[in-house]
Amino acid sequence: MSSQHWDVLIVGAGPAGMAAAAAASQGGHRVAVLDENPAAGGQIWRRGWNDDEHKPDAARQAQTGKFVASGATLFHGRRVVAALAQGVLETWNDAENVGERFAYDKLILATGARERFLPFPGWTLPGVFGAGGLQALVRNGYDVRGKRVAVAGTGPLLMAIAAHLQEDGAKVLSICEQAPLSQLVSFATALLKRPGKILQGLSLRSSLRGVAYRTGSWPVAAYGAGQLEKVEFTDGKRRWEVDCDLLACGFHLVPNIELPALLGCALEDGCVRVDALQRTSVEHVFCAGEPTGVAGVDAALLQGEAAGLMAIGLTAQAQKLSARVASERGFGAAMEKAFRLRTEVLQMAAKDTIVCRCEDVCYGDLKALADGQNTWTDAKLQKRCGMGPCQGRVCGPAVEALFGWKNASVRPPIFPLPISALSSEPQLRTDSNSAALQEIQ
Amino acid sequence: MPEKRKEVLVQVNGMPVTVPAGAMVSAALLQSNAPCRSSVTGQPRTALCGMGICFECRAVIDGVAHRRTCQIPCREGMVVETMQ
Repeated sequence: MSSQHWDVLIVGAGPAGMAAAAAASQGGHRVAVLDENPAAGGQIWRRGWNDDEHKPDAARQAQTGKFVASGATLFHGRRVVAALAQGVLETWNDAENVGERFAYDKLILATGARERFLPFPGWTLPGVFGAGGLQALVRNGYDVRGKRVAVAGTGPLLMAIAAHLQEDGAKVLSICEQAPLSQLVSFATALLKRPGKILQGLSLRSSLRGVAYRTGSWPVAAYGAGQLEKVEFTDGKRRWEVDCDLLACGFHLVPNIELPALLGCALEDGCVRVDALQRTSVEHVFCAGEPTGVAGVDAALLQGEAAGLMAIGLTAQAQKLSARVASERGFGAAMEKAFRLRTEVLQMAAKDTIVCRCEDVCYGDLKALADGQNTWTDAKLQKRCGMGPCQGRVCGPAVEALFGWKNASVRPPIFPLPISALSSEPQLRTDSNSAALQEIQ
Repeated sequence: MPEKRKEVLVQVNGMPVTVPAGAMVSAALLQSNAPCRSSVTGQPRTALCGMGICFECRAVIDGVAHRRTCQIPCREGMVVETMQ
């Protein structure tokens, strides 16, 4: 019977999940890692088709090596859709068109974060992408050589993304960061205590020589006939236009908390509540990395390691990491503060700007509901906002920022399934005998 | 630049598109300049998030509709159609 279970099941093969797997595999524990993407690495270490043309990332290489050596089994291409029984997750495997079940003793949630999108006129035009979104698409083979790219939004990732786009042959015209310089200066002061992060920043600057970094500015509108042609920006006083082929625009990150919420983990300020040892409010369930509060890759690695150690009972070893975890989470809090959204970016949308892209629900209709003291549930029922296939993953963080609407509940399936999934009996997954093996190098 | 890379040939709306080996279907669609789908009110849409959450990059792959093209690698001879 014990062979029917994984000792430790980890959801997410980004930095936190990989670190958790490496820690939990010690002493012969059987560890499985589920990830939706075709390879391990998460978003920040997403595998690119031309990785060999880029400077290798030392932290990524080290962590990948540990993960592979750990013996943990990666099941990629799996999205978790439900948790119908205690200690069992149900997944859907798109490539093989099959549902599976994974039983576990201990569960580590390392579900990462996604970009926050805010609506502005023209943001649905082809040629307008998320900032991290465009970077992911380029790693996935989109050829941007010679394309003129404007980068906008907020967050420390904008510069990294712009640098990578330049390395891939795009011509980055400018970076418009909505946060004012004064806020960023205090963040930079906090950075001085962390030389490693400054070095990362300096190496970015060299790739971005000649690219304007404009603080306190944000998009007014994107224009084009069926395809992006130009973007208008403002700093609140004047407006200017940038002719470009692509706009990469994202407003920092929001944690992926759908699965933790489904499992009943207590949330706090939109994040999964954990104690100093990564324990959630649900017994045997740990959480690590961005879902506990966006704090970046260093925090994720430490938290993942701590969660992995806790899952196999090595509490004393996990405790030794607590101080560093707390310090990295402090860095995350400083970052959130530095890049907090200004009021103006919550007022970019016009009446006819689409907010919910799945159902084409416009800002004006939602604003009228919000003004009438309605909730997101009302908006779902009356306007279908958030009722499409993305299940509110894109418009949810937007309507929360715009109207203060919070999602009232998470119900399975937490990802849309093909109809065929309903008629097939899921397989119980206890081994590594399919095409699921460690294809991450 | 390293030596010439392997390439994969797919069809997008009947036209041949060549992408580097390892590329996702979203790359072939973006290269062909074909919007992936029409929205419920008929607007052209292309990929937004690149990580499988926004569902904007859905298209028909080998006859199966609503596949998220940013999550599926190109295979030689794959037939991709946009959803109009």
